[in-house]
Amino acid sequence: MDTLASLFAILDATLRVSAPLILAAMAGLYSERSGIVDISLEGKMLASAFAAGAVAALSGSAWPALGAGIMVGIALGLVHGFACITHRGNQVVSGLAINILASGLTVVLGIAWFSQGGQTPSLASEARFMPLELPFADAAQVIPIIGPFYHDVISGHNFLVYVAWLAVLATWWVVYRTRFGLRLRAVGENPLAVDTAGLSVSGLRYRAVIICGALAGVAGTYLSIAQNAAFVREMTAGQGYIALAALIFGKWKPLPAMLACLMFGFLDALAIRLQGVELPLIGEVPVQAIQALPYVLTVILLAGFIGRAIAPKAVGIPYLKER
Amino acid sequence: MNTSSIALPAWMEIGLIPVLNIIMALFFAGLIMLAIGVNPLQAVGIMINGAFGYDEAIGYTLYYTTNFIFTGLAVAVAFHASLFNIGGEGQAYIGGLGVGLVFLLLDKYLPAVLLIPIGIMAAGLFGAAWAFIPAWLQAHRGSHIVITTIMFNFIAASIMVYLLVNVLIKPGQMSPESRVFDESAWLPFMHEFLGWFGVVVTRTPLNLSLFFALFCCFGVWIYIWRTRWGYELRTAGHSEHAARYAGIKPKTVVISAMCVSGALAGFVAVNEIMGVHHRLLLNFTAGYGFTGIAVSLMGRNHPVGIIMASLLFGVLYQGGAELAFEIPKITREMVVAIQGLIILFSGALALMLRPWVVKVYLKFKSADTLAPA
Repeated sequence: MDTLASLFAILDATLRVSAPLILAAMAGLYSERSGIVDISLEGKMLASAFAAGAVAALSGSAWPALGAGIMVGIALGLVHGFACITHRGNQVVSGLAINILASGLTVVLGIAWFSQGGQTPSLASEARFMPLELPFADAAQVIPIIGPFYHDVISGHNFLVYVAWLAVLATWWVVYRTRFGLRLRAVGENPLAVDTAGLSVSGLRYRAVIICGALAGVAGTYLSIAQNAAFVREMTAGQGYIALAALIFGKWKPLPAMLACLMFGFLDALAIRLQGVELPLIGEVPVQAIQALPYVLTVILLAGFIGRAIAPKAVGIPYLKER
Repeated sequence: MNTSSIALPAWMEIGLIPVLNIIMALFFAGLIMLAIGVNPLQAVGIMINGAFGYDEAIGYTLYYTTNFIFTGLAVAVAFHASLFNIGGEGQAYIGGLGVGLVFLLLDKYLPAVLLIPIGIMAAGLFGAAWAFIPAWLQAHRGSHIVITTIMFNFIAASIMVYLLVNVLIKPGQMSPESRVFDESAWLPFMHEFLGWFGVVVTRTPLNLSLFFALFCCFGVWIYIWRTRWGYELRTAGHSEHAARYAGIKPKTVVISAMCVSGALAGFVAVNEIMGVHHRLLLNFTAGYGFTGIAVSLMGRNHPVGIIMASLLFGVLYQGGAELAFEIPKITREMVVAIQGLIILFSGALALMLRPWVVKVYLKFKSADTLAPA
């Protein structure tokens, strides 16, 4: 039973670390499916994490903080949209600008407002999203395996983890089962056809970057007020890029992207467990090797050595209406 | 009205609009300073004095400038082939690994005359090798170079942490750094160099790699505009179809452009590892690879523009350090925020102001043509 308990502990940690990745990957999915490359997930998450941490510290409540995180995410999404859609700027350059701006601005404002070396003040538990006990978690313990699994792995996460799972289902439904989703996919593949059909390419893409900003905002909020109890400088630490990698790994589809996030999250959880552990045959696996694995796998996938990841056809190309 | 087809005089396209973009970026930087209760004009004064006010300041400014010239050129060469090399950071890091390995092996046995060229070559070769893989994958497997180079930055960082913590660390030491190289492998400092001619300046990290950076600017200019390879690179950058029709192999161009780009990024290690630190250490690249993108965009991918943009960033970095020292409310990260704004306005929003400039230009032009009549 001991191995089962430690397996459950790893799975539990997997869900905890993959939740922001899932939220960010879904955010990127809307943007990229509409034809807007988004490498600024990292910057949006970081800025939202700061906004949420700051508002939670000032208001002492988690909900306004979530609102602030989402608003900042949307604001940066609109900046990206303004540059890429309205002014047809280079989407990679714009995304990079947002990442660098967020990385600098969060520290500048953090030190100016809170003077704690770029951190926001530590939050009391009322100002955070705390673990929730799902119904019957204790009662179900009596059922072998499934009971402890439900109690240890599924239950006991904070509200935003469940939001992340719901976001995957909602994204799947929106993208594949609604009129908006059909148009979203069409505008990322062939904007001219969408335009000819009398729909606004810019309008659709703006809606996509707004949804993207909001979801990335939730992801950032998760980092500073749910997973941790304060904003710490550079706390995203590449997770926005990992989410982007997962999105590519999932071939720009919601469920596969979520599985990729879970896999990357599992690797992360495993890396912490394996620190200093001698494995049979291979010996000690360097933590850095496991940390680099998501990036290496994405490179291999993109190179077409394991399946093929085909991006939305019009991704990265600004749409010019008049000729 | 679509104004993109209306031609403007050259001085407006390459002078006025870029300057207006930078003014926009600095204007927003000023707003950030106001938001945190700092007078932007006072801050500019402190920065300029901190960057040029005394000879030590100038030394530091030029030391930062050297890094930005290397990474700016790296991004520019790739841009001319319409490739976006975001991986300068990783290539510079691996370039440092090249220098470190070669010097840790050879510094006891060879004289400086041999060690320094070998070190420079190692930096370039390792940087180029780290750019070669994404380039090969783009050319032959169709994977997107932006994504691959981003991933390679992270992979490089993991490799370096592993090697420095486990392999190259000086035994019996806690911090993950290699041993200090033998003095024969050190690139002379500028204050030493000027001292040989009897000129006395204050000790700064500025070293002879500044001259090498300027030499690279000249080399890149020759390469892009005066050689057949540069012609092929620009042709393939403009139109892959036209290039193929003209008998140019776009795949070869992708790979060669990225290797040159990677080598230039790798030369950051010449300044940082051979010139300043004299040992291999973590995070010596400090974001210079990303700054190179801002530098290249600002300098419009031309060596002369890159030198000017690098100098501006050198001023921002050194002046920013001074600013953080003088005004406790401001941190060095202010420079990072300004850098983000410059990339936004000079890069992604480069053409935002153009329709307005066209409007004003047309108004003046029509006034001119009407006046004599």
